[in-house]
Amino acid sequence: MVRYIIRRLLQLIPVFFGTTFLIYYLVWRLPGDPFAAMCGDRGCPPAYVATMRAKFNMDDPILIQYFKYLGKLVQGDFGTTYQGLSVGKQMAMAYPTTVKLAVIALLIEALIGIAAGMYTGLKGGGFLDNLVLISTLFLISLPVFVTGFVLQIVFGFQLGIIDVTVPPSAPIGSLIAPAFALASLSMAYVTRLTRASILENKRADYVRTAVAKGLKPNRVVGVHLLRNSVIPVLTFLGTDLGALMGGAIVTEGIFNIKGIGNLVYRAIFFKESVTVVGVVTLLVVVYLLMNLLVDLLYAVLDPRIRYE
Amino acid sequence: MTTTNEGQGPLLEVRDLHVEFHTRDGIARVLNGVSFSVDVGETLAVLGESGSGKSVTAQTIMGILDMPPGKITKGEIFFRGKDMLKMSEEERRGIRASGIAMIFQDALSALNPVFTVGFQIAEQLRLRRGMNKKDALKRAVELLDLVKIPNAAGRVKQYPHEFSGGMRQRAMIAMSLALDPEVLIADEPTTALDVTVQAQIMDLLAELRRERNMGMILITHDLGVVADVADRIAVMYAGRIVEHADVFSLYRQPCHPYTAALLESMPRLDLKGQELATIKGLPPNLLRPPSGCPFHPRCRMAVDQCVAEVPQLITLGMDRLSRCFRAEEMITNG
Amino acid sequence: MSEPTIASQVEVRHVEAIVGESPSAEAPQQKPDKADKPRSLWSDAWYDLRRRPLFIVASALIALVLLMVLVPQLFTSADPYYADLARSKQLPSANAWFGYDVQGHDMFSRTIYASRASVIVGLLATLFTVLVGGAAGMISGFYGGLLDAVMSRIADVFFGLPFILGGIIILTTFRSDSPTLAEAMLVLVGTIAMLSWPVAMRITRSAAITVKQQDYVKAARALGASDGRIIVRHMLPNCLAPMMVYATIALGAFIGAEATLSYLGIGLPPGTISWGVMINDAKDYIRVAPHMLIFPAAFLTTTVLAFVMLGDVVRQALDPKLR
Repeated sequence: MVRYIIRRLLQLIPVFFGTTFLIYYLVWRLPGDPFAAMCGDRGCPPAYVATMRAKFNMDDPILIQYFKYLGKLVQGDFGTTYQGLSVGKQMAMAYPTTVKLAVIALLIEALIGIAAGMYTGLKGGGFLDNLVLISTLFLISLPVFVTGFVLQIVFGFQLGIIDVTVPPSAPIGSLIAPAFALASLSMAYVTRLTRASILENKRADYVRTAVAKGLKPNRVVGVHLLRNSVIPVLTFLGTDLGALMGGAIVTEGIFNIKGIGNLVYRAIFFKESVTVVGVVTLLVVVYLLMNLLVDLLYAVLDPRIRYE
Repeated sequence: MTTTNEGQGPLLEVRDLHVEFHTRDGIARVLNGVSFSVDVGETLAVLGESGSGKSVTAQTIMGILDMPPGKITKGEIFFRGKDMLKMSEEERRGIRASGIAMIFQDALSALNPVFTVGFQIAEQLRLRRGMNKKDALKRAVELLDLVKIPNAAGRVKQYPHEFSGGMRQRAMIAMSLALDPEVLIADEPTTALDVTVQAQIMDLLAELRRERNMGMILITHDLGVVADVADRIAVMYAGRIVEHADVFSLYRQPCHPYTAALLESMPRLDLKGQELATIKGLPPNLLRPPSGCPFHPRCRMAVDQCVAEVPQLITLGMDRLSRCFRAEEMITNG
Repeated sequence: MSEPTIASQVEVRHVEAIVGESPSAEAPQQKPDKADKPRSLWSDAWYDLRRRPLFIVASALIALVLLMVLVPQLFTSADPYYADLARSKQLPSANAWFGYDVQGHDMFSRTIYASRASVIVGLLATLFTVLVGGAAGMISGFYGGLLDAVMSRIADVFFGLPFILGGIIILTTFRSDSPTLAEAMLVLVGTIAMLSWPVAMRITRSAAITVKQQDYVKAARALGASDGRIIVRHMLPNCLAPMMVYATIALGAFIGAEATLSYLGIGLPPGTISWGVMINDAKDYIRVAPHMLIFPAAFLTTTVLAFVMLGDVVRQALDPKLR
């Protein structure tokens, strides 16, 4: 078990450096002069540009820049934007909203997906099963911006039961519709995964053994079948939470949610490289840590892994 | 469950059991009138190739046949004189494991991978006998001890994948004995094991059967396995019992060409150096079974009658049955 | 950001969710007898496919889309580029079934013509993804060892990039200021492939590892077959089935990805006729002119659905376990 964790951790290290460096490299060679649009029509005074270049280590080779940046990051310093705003503070403002949205989305996809998957998996076949299968395919094919707009038009503009845009304080009630849009694809996957997992395990020999032991049907399904079927579903949900915590550029854009996705999207267009790199680095760390947690979760759920 | 027999008949009796499978390609008649019985302290071996219906028979008795695709179209299964097929599901559940228990061919897949062996044995004791967790686990250790698993107290906390093949099958046996069943069905209990381990498991089963005076149905495709253990043998082919006899008579004088061919295809020490006989052809396709006797395409004794009509079971003597038109001939010429 | 657009479906865990699927009303596999005549995997799959209604629906839809791509004139005689501000945002009518957009373009004609850009981007992106990922997976799986470890980590780096966020960054980095349509398409295709090849690699890699351990491959090697021969003769055919399933679903996914990135304003340049660009144009008017959003969105979704559906049924038909 310990060896398994250590191996996973070791595998994460090159991926962390690789991904963050890739982003760093891409962002800092964004075309165009970052100071071109900053000081009005006349352009920035050379002295100012020189200070700024020094401040962001822009005259060093990119690799040195990168490690200098990481060094500050380790001390919790995400740097400041060209305008002098603290990137760390910006992220601290935006992140709670994104986490709220992610958790609500996760709850939606888990509850509906597992329920629908269990129902169809246990029943198997029939009209409802086919209906669920086809609607999951439909949900999978529906781009999130279409889902988002349709929810906004129908429930916001026409029926008036949801907020068309989310207020800055982002109360939970106003996040439900965006969370649905965000969760719809994964909900379809969770449904299919649960269904497939149950169908596969339903015929497993150990389920048969449990029946032969004279256990009640509820016990056979609720303990023996479910305990095994839930493993891939829970690990999927874990990975998905990691992905959702990365924010949602499109959904946050449609519903005007001031989350991390919104922050990074604006930063890219205003060429705020420091913000972009900071946010992406944070997201990559969150994502990788979530993956590690999922691996651990997997080992806890499936004893066979522990002795790999 | 008391040991007095309510009805007059044997402990477990299967009568004229018919099962079919509804598949995409059509209806396969998997069991076509299977009848046999097992009594207290007795071992019946059910012998046949894969697809002969022996495992389906066991699953039907246990009530764990997948339905659909399976469907019981006819027949009765009496346990202690009561037809189980007419019982409610709740009544049948009460018989499982405590009346009739089963051990499976592949213990690795038959044991739940995510629970400890101890948990899986104790589970029945807790839920069916109302024992508390501690007592149930203590009993599980005793049961593992009973099936001769070394260090039973440590082993209960382990998962199935931490056991070796032979040990796993022992654990499976321990699990099946937890509720002191009267009939034990062993479905190919040694097929997945090494030859040396096979003998140990068979000995263990024979010993446990003796000690506990259980009825046992031993399902196998291996004639060699049954000789020492079984009292009677039922040979199955294409969903029918084609020959039934006590073990000595059957080995001495098979009364069905299929049994005879099976015996000849067994390696024998006294015939060293000779080429081993084989049975030509494949088992029949149950979706489109051959006319008449299903064995006739592979039978070297087949006559015209075999193609035209299905032979009935003929009684040849005490407990001696054969489903062959030329059975009596085989005895006289044998 | 792994926004749950169809694009994120190209992530492996999602594909697994689709790939680990079982059919519904199929007769269970427990067949007491062997099939009488042995059929090959492909002919068996084909036999199976023809009997599935979803396959027929998906194929018909795809045929229709391809027809729109090749000969849009067949569906509409209106010029998709002709704009008349006088009819700006007019609702659907007998004259214009889908109404007009802000600049007074005929929406129906534009929606039909838009299939071309979307499908071309999707096809090219799939082609690159499959080629790069497939080759990488094959080499990685076949040679194993250090090479495999290094390549797998590189794949992890790209896999760790959130799809949309990564897409935006790569696109803004490599896009010139006023690209031609061909340039913009190429950059978009490259971006999608760059973010997706790790998935294709994982699929071929695991297929290659499975095949490598087969006895017939060991036998071929023992008989002195060269690496190249083993890869071409044994690995390739065995990776084909999972790859085809992936490619079909990915094609749908990439069409959705193109639309998402174009919708964000960084995919295909404004003025291009593509579903994503049309939806981007529509987003500021969804209250007054929802038809501007609904028709391209419906076409987009249906096209994606057709490919995803096809991939799903092909997978079911190819999986011997499910038969």
